[in-house]
Parts: sequence; C-alpha cells; structure tokens
Amino acid sequence: MALPKYTEPHYRIWHYLYLFICGCVFFFLIAPLFVIFPLSFNAEEFLVITDGMKRLDPDAFSLRWYKDMVYGTKNPWGLAAKNSFFIAIFATIGAVILGTVAALGLSSRYMPYKGIIMATLISPMIVPLIISGVAIFFFMAKAGLAATHTGIVIAHIILGTPFVVITVTATLSGFDHSVTRAAASLGSNPVNTFMKITLPLILPGVISGALFAFVTSFDEVVIVLFLAGLDNTTIPIQMWTGLREQLSPTILSVATCLILLSTLVLIAAELLRRRSERIRGINR
Amino acid sequence: MSSETQKILTTDGIPLEVSLKKVERKNKFKAFLLVAPLLFFLLIVYISPIVGMLFNSVDDRMVTNALPKTFKAMEDWDGKELPPEKVFDAFHFDFQKLIEEEREGKLSTQLNYEKNGFKSIIKKLRRKSKSFEEGNYKEQIMAVHERWADVEYWRAIKRRAPAYTYSKYLKGVDMYQNEDGKLVQVEEDRRIYKKLWVRTLKIAFYVTLFCFLMAYPIAHLLATLPMKYSNLLMICVLLPFWTSLLVRTASWMILLQQQGVVNDFLVWIGVVANDKRLEMMYNETGTYIAMTQILLPFMVLPLYSVMKTISPSLVRAGKSLGGTPFITFWKVYFPLTIPGIGAGSLLVFILAIGYYITPELVGGASGTLISNQIAYHMKYTLDWSFASAMGLMLLVGVLAVYWVYNKLVGIDNIKLG
Repeated sequence: MALPKYTEPHYRIWHYLYLFICGCVFFFLIAPLFVIFPLSFNAEEFLVITDGMKRLDPDAFSLRWYKDMVYGTKNPWGLAAKNSFFIAIFATIGAVILGTVAALGLSSRYMPYKGIIMATLISPMIVPLIISGVAIFFFMAKAGLAATHTGIVIAHIILGTPFVVITVTATLSGFDHSVTRAAASLGSNPVNTFMKITLPLILPGVISGALFAFVTSFDEVVIVLFLAGLDNTTIPIQMWTGLREQLSPTILSVATCLILLSTLVLIAAELLRRRSERIRGINR
Repeated sequence: MSSETQKILTTDGIPLEVSLKKVERKNKFKAFLLVAPLLFFLLIVYISPIVGMLFNSVDDRMVTNALPKTFKAMEDWDGKELPPEKVFDAFHFDFQKLIEEEREGKLSTQLNYEKNGFKSIIKKLRRKSKSFEEGNYKEQIMAVHERWADVEYWRAIKRRAPAYTYSKYLKGVDMYQNEDGKLVQVEEDRRIYKKLWVRTLKIAFYVTLFCFLMAYPIAHLLATLPMKYSNLLMICVLLPFWTSLLVRTASWMILLQQQGVVNDFLVWIGVVANDKRLEMMYNETGTYIAMTQILLPFMVLPLYSVMKTISPSLVRAGKSLGGTPFITFWKVYFPLTIPGIGAGSLLVFILAIGYYITPELVGGASGTLISNQIAYHMKYTLDWSFASAMGLMLLVGVLAVYWVYNKLVGIDNIKLG
C-alpha cells in the first residue's frame, strides 16, 4: 500500500486518513471482544476495571470466577454445557444429512423448480428468528415436544440446514460431474459412487456447513427461550438470564471460554475454505 | 424437419424424442427425490406452522364459544343504548356456565384486550353473582359495577362476536373498528405500535447505513492489500462473525454501562465530567452501537467478495486516461461495487429488522424493536393471536426485501465466510 513518490500532498493526506478510518473500524470490530478477558480475571465482584487492575496489581486478578463456573454451588453451567453440546451435535448431524442430500439434488441440472425450492430451503435463515420461534413453538406445543430435547434438536435442524445447503451447493458448483459418470461406467452403484468419489470431494463444503450448523445451534437463544423447560437449559439461555438478571463476572468467564471456542471454529473454517478452494482449482 | 426427427427410433423401436423425454423425466424425479426429505421436513415442521400462524391471528372462536347465547341475543341489538333484558339474561346464563367450567378467567383476559377494565369487573361479577336472585338480571348485573351499566363495555363484548376477526391486524397499526364498522385510529397517546414500526424501520435503516459506511473502506483495504496482510486483518472480521451473539452483546454491556470502559475513557480524557457520565445503554444509542458492530461482518463479506473480483488494472486505466483518483474511484470503481453494496445492505437490513436479542438486552424502553413486542405478547400477555398477527406483518416486510434480494443478487449467491 506504499504510495508512489510522485503522489501529491493532499492525496497523501487522504490516503493516511483512509488508513486511519480503516484502523478505527477494525478496532471497533475486534476491541469489544478483548474487554472481556481482563474482566473475567477480576478479583472483585464488579464488572468494571478496578484501580488495582489498572496498576496491574496481581492481587486484583484471580481465577475465582472460573472456579465458580466449574465448581460453584447450584451452578447451572455444567448442565447447560452438557445440554448445549448434546443438542448442537444432534442438530448438526441432522442438518448435515438432510442438507447434503438436498444440495446434491439441487445442483443436478435436471432439478425442476430450482428457484422456488431453493428459496424455501433457505427461508429459515431469512425469516426473523422471533417468527420462526413463534411458529416452531406452536408446532412443538401441538406435537407435545415442547420442553424436550427432541423438540429443540428438530428446531435447530431447521435453522442449520440452510447453511449446509448453501456451502455444499457452492462446493458442488465447481464439481466435475464426469468423475461420477466415470465411476458409474466402471460399474459402481450410486451409493458407492457417492461414498467413494463425491463425498471426499465435497467434504470441505460439508464440514464447513456442519461448522455453521453447529455454531448456529450452539449459539441459538430465541427459539430455545420459547421451547426450553428447566431441564433443557443451554449455555446461551444461562447467559441470557444472567445478562438480564444478575450480571456476574462468572458470565465473563463463560464468555471467555466461548471466545476461545469460536477462535478454534474460525481456524477450522479458514483451513477448510482454503482446502476447498484448492480442490476446486480456484487460485487466489 | 419435425417429422424427420420423429422417425428416428432407438433400438427398442421407441421414437428417440419420447425415449429422451422419458430419461429426462426420470432424472428430474431422481433429483427431486434427493431434495424431497428436506423439503417435506421443512414443509411439515416449519412452513405449515407459519401458515398456521395466519389462522391463529384471525381465530377468535374462544370468545365466540364462551358466550354463545349472549351473542345470539345481541344479534338484533343496535348498540346505541344499553342492551335489552334478554341479553343480560343470556349473559348471566353463559357466565354461570363459564364459572362452572372455570373458564371465566380466560374470557376476562380476552375481553381486557378489547377494552381495558374488564378484568376487575368480571372478577367482581363472579363474586357477586353467587348471591344473585332469580330474574331481573339486568339490574343486578348493573348494580355490581358502574362499568356494567356502561354501554361502551357491552359494545366491546359485541365486537368479539364473530368467530374470525382481523382486529389484531388493526391493533398492530393502532386502529380499531368502531361501532359503525368504520376504521378509526386509537387515541393519540395510545398509539404505540405505529411508533414501534417506524422505529424498527428507522433503526434497521440507520444500522444498514452505518454498516455500509464502515464496511466499505475496510472491505476495500482487505481486497487491495497483499494476501499475507489481508488474511491477518480478515481475522478481525471473522472472529466477531463466529463469536456468540450473547458474548458480543455482553461485551457491549460492559463497555457502555455508566461505570464502563467507554465512559471511564471519556472521563479520563476529560470530554465528560465524572458526575455527568453518558447514558449509552438501555436506550436507542445502545441498540445502534451494538447492532452496527454485530452486523458489520455481514456487510464486509459480500462487499469484499465483489471487490476481490474487480481488476486493479481498471483503476490504473482510469488514471492513465487522465482521471484524478477521486474521479476514477467514483466513475470506475464505485459502480463496479454496487452489486456488493446491494447484497450486503439487503442482508443487513433483513437481519436488523427482525433483531431481538441485542435490543432486548441493551435497548431499554426506547431502543426495542417490533420483535421485542412480539416476544412480550408471547411470554407475558399471552395474546398469541396478536403476536402471530404482528409476526406475520413483519414477515411480509422481510419477504418483500428477500424477494428483492433474490431478484438482484440471487439466493444461490449468498456467500458464507
């Protein structure tokens, strides 16, 4: 981004102003996440940076809120984490299976009414969550699945499938269909062809769709708020209750753990995207 | 020519055209079969409940079934003066039956939606009606509370007679149907929903605008920087994108509170006095700031993917033809980014208009949106039909934007990450 020597002074000023603005925006994007780290190590019960912390006094920092998160009395986080992982894992499996199979059909050039069907399949992503929540709540209440894990898993499968459909169709758009025909001409049956040829090639898309579905489920509050009973509490629900009622630093310890988790997801997603682009022969 | 093609036969003796069509039908069916599980799954557990909301929003059989005789007796009452004796008799009969079945509470909730003040007088009537004497119910009921002698309240009951009503939709835009069947607005100081719709649109619009203004320069920087730097900076966009919504909202709550980091900083540099710390949370400001930061990645990513495809040589060509950097940007570069601007803006707008979590936590009373009102009616007033009606009105708006998005960008072009 170095400017050529002949740049006139006022353009030079503009250029630095532009870089400054970009810096500010990046700061605005990323800085709020980092305010959580120091506060989660706070020795006090307040959600402010204490004077001791400003002086970097070691006594002002402690792990007590992390201990509270893990060992605290009557603490809801253990059950919440168990439920969250259980629900997210099953919702991901469901979304990946349904979504991948649908994406295979959608990217076939024989698929009739592609536009309207695609619009329907993507709709859970577009319709505001509150409306999905109301609708799904009515359905689950009628079906007797309110306040059950099954109900929440089904709701999260609904929310997760659009991501899988999008990522897998994107991977399939660069897919060379002659390889499956070659497999078929060599005597492979369709299931075998899918498992041995197609799946390995579209796997990056499938996994990144799975990541999206997992994060969507893991992070989802609105629908769970409608559906969950006391036994179905999840991490986001606990955070929601905490943020509304007793804002305690324990929440920040949980938040720190969640940021670390999302960092892992980000790294995985990035690696997958690159691999997928390499497979599809997109040079960057 | 066409008769010529028809004569071409396959080895089975079937015309080629027929045979090809058959194969195509078979292929179409195969493709559809793959989509079918997900399609039917969504139709059953998702699309049909949304359509069911439509039914919920107009369904008013609860009240109709609760007071069958009353409504029958009311049929030839013109609503100008107090209803005749037989309406009171019928009402007494229906009401006693409701008390027996313990359903009068539900009725009072429903009637209270129609007109405030029903809850207490129904409770009172329930208590007093135990000691009612046979006959002359009109006087006895009217003696329970003055509101029972007020014709307005009887009109309110009559308005709930039809089994299906669109009154919830009217309520959603602060209107109601008066005694003459005309649509009128509610009193000025009670018009809350219209204000809420306007505020929702306003906040969604400004959040989209702020996102655009902030995303454009950084997307440009990301698209023009060499790969090794831009990858690093991309993390600043992607990490918030992958981080839990609640975590990000929590961090804004910490930053924006009165004793929070932002206020501390402003006091420290001397912009605001210590005793006059800014109120940035539990109001509109909080909603704007938090929503802009949370939705920003959804604007950056589509813009980035469009800008990435614009060849730098176009800008160089513009400059070499004598354009100043500003003119080249405005005449060459900017028009090429319009698809990205459209995609990003529509996406952010769609997401912003239905936002619930963040406004609920940082919005306070002045920064909440229509979604919050829907949730409030679902959870607290339990007026589900009203919540459904508002939800569907919001949905129509979102689907309109979605339709535009589909026309302009194409849903298969949505990019993730």
